[in-house]
Amino acid sequence: MSRKTFMLTGLLVLALAASGCRPTPAPTPTPAPSPTPAEAGLSGKIVEAGSTTVQPLAEKLAEAFSAKYPQVQITVQGGGSSVGVKSAGQGTVDVGAASREVKDSELQEFPDLVVHTIARDGIAIVAHPDVPLDGLTKEQVRDIFAGEITNWSDVGGPDRPIVVVSREEGSGTRAAFEEMVMGKEGPPIVDTAILQPSNGAVRTTVATTPDSIGYLSFGYLDPSVKALSIDGVKATVENAASGVYPVVRPLNLLTKGEPDGLVKAWLDFILSDEGQKIVVEEGYIAVNR
Amino acid sequence: MRGRRLSSRKGTSRSIVDRSARYLLLLSALVSIFVVFLIGLFTLREGLPALREIGLGSLLTGRVWRPQRGEFGLLAMIAGSVLVTMGAMLLGVPLALGCAIFLAEVAPDRVRAVVRPAVELLAGIPSVIYGLFGMVVLVPLVRRVPVPGNTGFGLLSASIVLAVMILPTITNIAEDAIRAVPREYKEGSLALGTTHWQTIVGVTLPAARSGIVAAIILGVGRALGETMAMIMVIGNSIIFPKPLDNNPLTLFLSQARTLTGNIAVEISYATGLHESALFATGVVLFVLIMIVNTTAHLLIRERAR
Repeated sequence: MSRKTFMLTGLLVLALAASGCRPTPAPTPTPAPSPTPAEAGLSGKIVEAGSTTVQPLAEKLAEAFSAKYPQVQITVQGGGSSVGVKSAGQGTVDVGAASREVKDSELQEFPDLVVHTIARDGIAIVAHPDVPLDGLTKEQVRDIFAGEITNWSDVGGPDRPIVVVSREEGSGTRAAFEEMVMGKEGPPIVDTAILQPSNGAVRTTVATTPDSIGYLSFGYLDPSVKALSIDGVKATVENAASGVYPVVRPLNLLTKGEPDGLVKAWLDFILSDEGQKIVVEEGYIAVNR
Repeated sequence: MRGRRLSSRKGTSRSIVDRSARYLLLLSALVSIFVVFLIGLFTLREGLPALREIGLGSLLTGRVWRPQRGEFGLLAMIAGSVLVTMGAMLLGVPLALGCAIFLAEVAPDRVRAVVRPAVELLAGIPSVIYGLFGMVVLVPLVRRVPVPGNTGFGLLSASIVLAVMILPTITNIAEDAIRAVPREYKEGSLALGTTHWQTIVGVTLPAARSGIVAAIILGVGRALGETMAMIMVIGNSIIFPKPLDNNPLTLFLSQARTLTGNIAVEISYATGLHESALFATGVVLFVLIMIVNTTAHLLIRERAR
């Protein structure tokens, strides 16, 4: 009996591993609440889901909005950019989040989607701190990630093989990196790259693997890794904001159709000076309106 | 008369309790089976579009996995899962069997009282902790092996982590099997003048064989299903593992990706056919584990006979 139970448990655990990691989409769409954003105050619920890059920022923005209008409740969920697009397109959430441009194929599937860019985020090329280089050209970065340059000596470093670290397929950060560095029709990222499933895991891997190179959202930069300048431009929020730094992606919130009522009020708040101040405080780049 | 009625009434209420307890237990058993059934059905249903569109054949034999470009081949991941499981078995099985024999045959009770809970404790450590340990301790160690292209992340690190993780599973079941060998066998052997070790090797272990094999197979199932720790140390590269230089053993320094890792790494961002293909990966895994566990189950039943 105990072995049977054990085996059943094994099956269950496996099955959960296979299906359990799936993020739960919001159960029901919340009906657009009180369409009159009266001076007296707003009330109601908003459900947001999607990109894990946008998630911490969205939480802050939700918190600030709820502090202003205590009757408003905003739920922020993760799930990933693709989940954000899908759930907003299908109307299972009020607002979806994507840390990349919405793809043409997605716009075809969900033609009602309206994209609201709420902030911008730079992607830094990072190397292990012992790599004795300060910067690369964009072409060099592309050739390294495509597997055409495999030794640091080819880009002016020591004679050591390069360890490429990347994100998994489908990641918003990877999609933005591929589009802006590898090029839309460019070569794929080399097969032998170590793939890690989050910004944090990429940072740990690059920090602990000598001769490694990877890419990270600006929000995840810290002294454990070395941010390389690209074409001589340092990876700083200032450079990204002024448009000199070449790898910058939009952080988008998505609605099905033009937003109204409470959702519109929240989006307006995010794009107001007050909301954009929070964006900057969180280490992202404010959008110029 | 009055006494009989009282006792019969009491008897009725007792039998009600008894019966309802029985149904309640039956219900919980049914619920667990139902859940397994539902999960299997759900995985299959979600994976069906991919199975239909890509085809089981090209899914199982395709060597390239590039979902964004519409290529879905699981062969590299199947190889990764099989190789890492083999590696874990090579390292873990001798260790686990040694441990089981020690606990069942050699250890004095006082030592056993310490070792056994310690081994069982291994089963209670969350797999993310194993992964973290592997990532910050094992991977840098493995990286010291001077082979070009060795990053430390790969099959060897993953096999070592996995070997430790399956240790309690194999040890516990193998120890039970060894203990279940009738006393008479051992006494007979010892009476013939063999030493303790000769008895263990020549009599006890052969008699416990099917139970030990079942233990190993359950370990295989555990190894195939492990996810989190694997993601953290195996590198997750979508390549068919191959030796890094002329020495075939460097195969184990190659990065790889497991079937479980494939699902866990990509599911949060997957949509459409990609998502369905990941569920199809789950179906492949499900079938694989079911085969493994059924084999173990049959072997255990054979032993019971």
